[in-house]
Amino acid sequence: MLWIAGSLVVAGMFFFAVGVIGLLRFPDFYTRLHAAGKCDSLAAVLVILGVALYNLADFSLASLLVSLKILAIAVFVFVASPTATHAIAEAALVIGVEPWSKKDQEQ
Amino acid sequence: MATKIATFVTMLLFWVLLSGMFDAFHLSVGVLSCLLVTLFSHELLFYGDKKRSWLHGTLGVVRYFPWLFWQIVVANLQVAYIVLHPRMLDLIDPRLIRFKTFLKRPIAKVALAQSITLTPGTITVNIDEDQFTVYALTRSAAESLPGEMERRVGKALEPAS
Repeated sequence: MLWIAGSLVVAGMFFFAVGVIGLLRFPDFYTRLHAAGKCDSLAAVLVILGVALYNLADFSLASLLVSLKILAIAVFVFVASPTATHAIAEAALVIGVEPWSKKDQEQ
Repeated sequence: MATKIATFVTMLLFWVLLSGMFDAFHLSVGVLSCLLVTLFSHELLFYGDKKRSWLHGTLGVVRYFPWLFWQIVVANLQVAYIVLHPRMLDLIDPRLIRFKTFLKRPIAKVALAQSITLTPGTITVNIDEDQFTVYALTRSAAESLPGEMERRVGKALEPAS
């Protein structure tokens, strides 16, 4: 159990790390938004699953309730994260931030 | 009536989960507030019509989630590959794409938009009536839209036609 929880958390951290690297490497605002908003969705859920499982290590009704509450965080992240990403992307598009494209690279 | 009972039971389970107290006072307050919420908004959580029962629709949503989660995992691995690739700039080809959806219900459109945004490589920028504007990170991500995801959302949330 501890090993499964640990590997879930480590996998989540891997995706968080990928998100940060993507944030630094991608060329413009929108592509960075991809890296920041996306890797987070899976990474956060993996970490949350790991923590919930770790919490179940000494099983009781109280720890089960706490684990279910932790899982509820995952549901909220799944709803809130794409909403925020979408709002930021649309705001940038309305203001007129120019997207990077293949042509810019060749110039 | 069935949707009212289903809403009430769901609300009460959520109440018990969040409160974690099983004495008479907390349970009765919970029952009372769940009854009020059920009276005001029982048609929001479970949706059904003559062609299609609410139970069928709920099962459709439950069946949709594992598939969506699997898509998120696959797409995340793809984006991780792109991010860590030494010649990352050659792999990405960002573009705005527009497509029309056949989904009618607002909740189905929102579910599709959220699903598109959740799967890495694509962000829904705007929905205007039935016109989706999506920002895609790669050519292949753009070409995969709307495709299977729209069909599955339609199956889960649209009334049968």
